[in-house]
Amino acid sequence: MRERGGVSDTDNQPDDGRDDGPGNEPRAASGTAPDGPPAAGGPLDAAELRRRVADLVAAHDPTTMTSVEFLGHRFDAGLAWVHFPVGCGGLGASRALQQVVEDALIAAGAKVVSAYRNPIGLGMGAPTIVAHGDAESRARLLRPLWTGEEVWCQLFSEPGAGSDLAGLATRAMRDGDGDWIVTGQKVWTSLAHKARWAMLLARTDPDLPKHQGLTYFFLDMTSPGVEVRPLRQATGQAEFNEVFLTDVRVPDAHRAGEVGQGWAVSNTTLMNERVAIGGGAAPREANAIGAVARMWRDRPELRTPGLHDRLLRAWVECEVARLGNERIRQQLAVGAPGPEGSAAKIAYARLNQDVTRLWLELTGEEGLGYDEWTMRRSDMGQATLGARAPGYYYLRAKGNSIEGGTSEVLRNVIADRVLDLPREPRTDTKVAWKEMPR
Amino acid sequence: MSEPTIPSLLYGEIEEELRATLRELLRDRCGWHDVLARIDTDEAYDEGLWKAVAAELGLAGLLIPEEFGGAGAGPREVAVALEELGRAVAPVPFLASAVLATSALLACPAGAARDTALRALAEGTRTATLAVTATTWPEAGFPLSVTGAWEDGELSLTGAVTGVLAVDRAELLVLPVIVAGEPHLALVAGDAANLARGAVTSLDATRPVGQVTLDQVRARVLAGPEHAERALGHAVRYGAALLASEQLGVAEQALAEAVGYLKVRHQFGRPIGSFQALRHRAADLWSDLASARAAARYAAACLAEDSPDAAVATALAQAYCSEVAVRTAEECVQMHGGIGFTWEHPAHLYLKRAMASALLLGTADRHRATLGALVDLPPAI
Repeated sequence: MRERGGVSDTDNQPDDGRDDGPGNEPRAASGTAPDGPPAAGGPLDAAELRRRVADLVAAHDPTTMTSVEFLGHRFDAGLAWVHFPVGCGGLGASRALQQVVEDALIAAGAKVVSAYRNPIGLGMGAPTIVAHGDAESRARLLRPLWTGEEVWCQLFSEPGAGSDLAGLATRAMRDGDGDWIVTGQKVWTSLAHKARWAMLLARTDPDLPKHQGLTYFFLDMTSPGVEVRPLRQATGQAEFNEVFLTDVRVPDAHRAGEVGQGWAVSNTTLMNERVAIGGGAAPREANAIGAVARMWRDRPELRTPGLHDRLLRAWVECEVARLGNERIRQQLAVGAPGPEGSAAKIAYARLNQDVTRLWLELTGEEGLGYDEWTMRRSDMGQATLGARAPGYYYLRAKGNSIEGGTSEVLRNVIADRVLDLPREPRTDTKVAWKEMPR
Repeated sequence: MSEPTIPSLLYGEIEEELRATLRELLRDRCGWHDVLARIDTDEAYDEGLWKAVAAELGLAGLLIPEEFGGAGAGPREVAVALEELGRAVAPVPFLASAVLATSALLACPAGAARDTALRALAEGTRTATLAVTATTWPEAGFPLSVTGAWEDGELSLTGAVTGVLAVDRAELLVLPVIVAGEPHLALVAGDAANLARGAVTSLDATRPVGQVTLDQVRARVLAGPEHAERALGHAVRYGAALLASEQLGVAEQALAEAVGYLKVRHQFGRPIGSFQALRHRAADLWSDLASARAAARYAAACLAEDSPDAAVATALAQAYCSEVAVRTAEECVQMHGGIGFTWEHPAHLYLKRAMASALLLGTADRHRATLGALVDLPPAI
């Protein structure tokens, strides 16, 4: 299955709450097209990029420095995101050439960048900064984001704004000197307790309809008035946080995009959430189905006819889903991405829930136990397979159909964008946000 | 558990060209009105269409090597043809002749009878069928219902087979028989003396089944004991694997019909496609179709590569695609409401084809059981 990085954070989708026609689709990474001149040198083809990687490694031997230091040099050489503009860690090259750089770095023995430390910053923060940040923000924010020195989180979801993200209530009000004063509560925030920066969506004009009164900011998480509390889940652990914002001062220079354009800016962020695609095909019987299949083989005394039928059905569904993901990957590789990603996410959630329930039923008496309820923080999302008791995976799977877009919202995405079915009538898009029932 | 690298699950350029050509032909000559009208006649098959598909487009010979006048293509191309034929619920004996009988013949050792038959099939001048009960599955035992005896150097067959696809139409029957206690495959002419055959009224009138009875019918041997079981298993597995692509085509068309209707049908002052109860079900069907396509493509690709995973891929595709086709066709009826339950609407064509196909060449449950054995997930004791 496609990994959601374990940190897919909210159930927000850019799709819900918009009252747009098909011609108004958000453009993934629309602002990441090269807008700076290529650096001096030959044409930016694969050979040239390999030459630049060789120069980088020759000048900064990665075996003699920390990975943060090397990543910094890599950024300065424009080899972080080659399709980003010069000065933003890129060269204004084709996005397709990124893999050339990665391969050349591996061949040179340089440490490969892992999104482990800063997945939200790398996946969603950087494209948003490049597309919508001003020159000062780009210069200040991108390099430490890339090196992982400054972790990012995303302050979108609220207790009152889940699937209906555009209904959010966190207020940003301008004070006398042009700065913004932000007050509100955010929730389901991965890595907030580690983050130096946040992508913040706040309401700047409650008199406008909900999509039009939003503005997007980069928030310094060390600002006075920011309080981060762990959010304990049904599993007992805390992968996420609640973030309370009380009269937090945000300089106007940290605004991304125009006032009132926050919804469009957030689409850059969320569309990039969806284009994150894993590497190769997962092997057969990866994920929970493998654990259940192994238990079935090793423990004949647990087998019943009914569970056998369910196991075979689940095995079929998991294998078909794996092939479906591989087909998506193959389409992307030839540059023809289809809309199957939303379907794959729905299928993953449903299957993981079915299979983990089957696992628990098969486990029987041991399934009555649980490893521990003590609240522990988890920085990197759900536990890897084998690390916890089966009950944990059963409980954790309940989040799969909620996080990163609920299955219901994703069905709407397919109905709207793929099947082009008529939209549901809306009552919330023309009325002032403050007039809406909440 | 290790499995081979996944081959391409996309459609190649030649496959897309084949699809475009066939789709155009079917659009012109096989609209659902034509299919529906034929059910009320005595002619189950559209002979003109079959001639165009088999001979003029040369699709009967897709699997047949060029040395026998075939196209020398492969299962991937056949799969695409089946998608389109399924989409149109085309009343032609393609599955019986160009897939089942042809793949059985190809798995038999070379010989005059076989080679002549292959040439005739490739030309499209003859139609064949594999004379087995169509609900058989790849792991089923060798059929015992027809026996053969040698009389004056000639093979003579006696017995009966029921539930055979296209049996009343085929000029050539590839028939599994037992001779002296050993499995054989024999070739029989459809109009041979002492052979009686006829179609029965069938759930899917666009692809009827029938029975054949033989009372000392002369036949030629295609495969003896050393090849017969393997050749039959090969043909049934080929048929099952590729039927998944036809099921995909049926499901695609059923969903397209349903979605089209959801956009135009108004109730309560709104297009019914704006009701979330229907939107979400349509979205789920579309998701299932995306998965079914991956499963069907994988099965076809595994056949094409003669992959060691072909048996798993076949069982997987059948276990999944036949249920998707039935579910989609059933939803197509329901989403249409009253009109979808009438004879004059095509929804029942998709439903009948989908449901009958689910019984063909092994039910989903049979294929799940096969998978259990193949991937070491044995039943409860």
